[in-house]
Amino acid sequence: MALWKPDPSFYPSARLASQAPPERLAYVVTFDPQTALGHSKTGKADSLVVVDVDASSASYGKIVGRLELGVGNELHHFGWNACSAALCPYAPHPHVERRYFIIPGLRSSRIFVVDTKPDPRNPTLVRTIEPEEVAARTGYSRPHTVHCGPDAIYMNALGAPSGEGPGGVFLLDHDSFDVLGRWEVERGPQYLAYDFWWHLGHDVAVTSEWGTPNMVENGVNPDLLLGGRYGHALHIWDLRKRRHLQTLDLGAEQQMVLELRPSHDPTKVYGFVGVVVSTRDLSASVWTWYRDDKGWQIRKVIEVPAEPADPAQLPPALKPFKAVPPLITDINLSLDDRFLYVSCWGTGEFQQYDVSDPFNPKLTGSVRLGGIVSRAPHPKAGALNGGAQMVELSRDGRRVYLTNSLYAAWDEQFYPDGVRGWMTKIDANPNGGLSVDKDFFVGFEGERPHQVRLEGGDASSDSYCYP
Amino acid sequence: MTATWPWLAIAAMGAYHGLNPAMGWLFAVSLGLQERSRKKVAGAMLPIAAGHLASITLIVALVGWGATEIGPRTLQLVGGSAVAAFGAFRLFSSRLHYRWVGMRVSSWDLVVWSFLMASAHGAGLMLFPVLINLPVCTTVASSSIGPSAEAIAQTALWVVLLHTGAMLAVMIPVAIAVYDWIGLGILRKAWINVDKLWAATLMGAGVLVLVA
Repeated sequence: MALWKPDPSFYPSARLASQAPPERLAYVVTFDPQTALGHSKTGKADSLVVVDVDASSASYGKIVGRLELGVGNELHHFGWNACSAALCPYAPHPHVERRYFIIPGLRSSRIFVVDTKPDPRNPTLVRTIEPEEVAARTGYSRPHTVHCGPDAIYMNALGAPSGEGPGGVFLLDHDSFDVLGRWEVERGPQYLAYDFWWHLGHDVAVTSEWGTPNMVENGVNPDLLLGGRYGHALHIWDLRKRRHLQTLDLGAEQQMVLELRPSHDPTKVYGFVGVVVSTRDLSASVWTWYRDDKGWQIRKVIEVPAEPADPAQLPPALKPFKAVPPLITDINLSLDDRFLYVSCWGTGEFQQYDVSDPFNPKLTGSVRLGGIVSRAPHPKAGALNGGAQMVELSRDGRRVYLTNSLYAAWDEQFYPDGVRGWMTKIDANPNGGLSVDKDFFVGFEGERPHQVRLEGGDASSDSYCYP
Repeated sequence: MTATWPWLAIAAMGAYHGLNPAMGWLFAVSLGLQERSRKKVAGAMLPIAAGHLASITLIVALVGWGATEIGPRTLQLVGGSAVAAFGAFRLFSSRLHYRWVGMRVSSWDLVVWSFLMASAHGAGLMLFPVLINLPVCTTVASSSIGPSAEAIAQTALWVVLLHTGAMLAVMIPVAIAVYDWIGLGILRKAWINVDKLWAATLMGAGVLVLVA
């Protein structure tokens, strides 16, 4: 339904959005690993759960709502139907509501449209887009990232229905949620897909690389990994003409180039991307892409080394290396473009960097939760397994939410005793520094949480056309 | 009096388009903010006005042609139906999603964008009920001779200049004020949704023309 005034959660700029009121609810998608991996036909339903994050509430840190969405989907990433990009001047539609979640199943390729109104604690399913419809209209399968764009809902997918590539971007209509079709007009050499985002102020899109469904769905394949066959490049696109402009290759040893965090300020042209592992020394890294007089460039700005470990404490695949790889699996950037948050899923370390100078990040905070060897405890729950993984940040930059599962088929390889799901909250000091909220711990039984989205938007949900 | 109100209405509608963020000033402000340059704000004004003018001119020219070639009664019927139908379409269809340009635009892009935006909005169509009440149109109905093509062209020129001039007269100070002092936070409060009201007004105006 159209509103009289712009949705109050829409802000022209990231600067204004950072003054938004604190979120009271967090939305988390969960899945049952047994059904996701096909080990069982029945199990706990994949769900969108609602967590009370209002510290003044009696149910603070508790699950207060749940929408079950069937088994075997492996809910992973998700996003809003509309956000601040609706205020962009060239395609304005400011009176649409931020109301629906678009929730793709990474396994099933089903896409759920969920209404968070009238009762935000009891979301309801309003539409299911079947994988056949996505495939017929786009040629894609295994939908992954969702971004609300100025003119449509943009999504991407890991590959084709056959399980091979190419993966790519496709569009949904803002109002009807109909699948509109494949986005790319000219994809050039791009074949692998993982994440996508953009520099709206420059009409530039950026995509990253993981692997095709066949390369990832049966677990990480050591031959592909050591052969440098997983994704190791970024792709720069003309957002307006939908054409591939340039490949930025990080080198074959930089395996799995995942989460993209472009500057929120649309006048800037740089961003950060995390690399899971280097096959040279098991380190993980963060790179800064940027454009200068000579064109598009990319440079490593953070390297987190592997930590030596007793092979007895390591899963079979890592024993020969006698070290824990940090595995940077998710990163997030504060709305003021000042702090970058980095999850090291292997070591359980969660880091905060001051990236005021995007080429010289300074480590300003670090906590540990879980980890393959350290199993770093939470005050409320004791030793944790899994590790700091999906990270979401409040618009004011003060509250960080973490979950601990990566991807069903990969969880078991790094945490052979199975990942017991949890969600934690970390308080971020506006001047740098992190501390674990001792009162906030959500444990999950028989299901694993993945991405977190916050009421009204968060640090990775919206894009802005104004500085 | 009868001679004045259509001109006032033409100017008022121009002023209204000047005030509407979606018609141009917001784009101008965003281009200025992107480059941190007030010059960019000012530089966007003429292309935006030119595109708007072109869209209006299209309708004005059609009315001028219709008044002489198909006669005022038929013009009233055809035009009134078109305006009412467009209003109904905007009222009952779901929102349109424009995907014409991006944020890096040339002056020509801005002209095209503004032309399409004004046309999709029905900016020219809204003028139709006013145009057919201008003396050049009404005299066609009341005299057997009718006005000269020159007189029609002259009136048409005044119409598009007055409308676009009024738009610019509002758009320029609004854009500069938002860029320099007010800030874009104003959008959150002041960007009122008049889409459906506008569509209903178009429909009503079209129907009025038909029954008049």
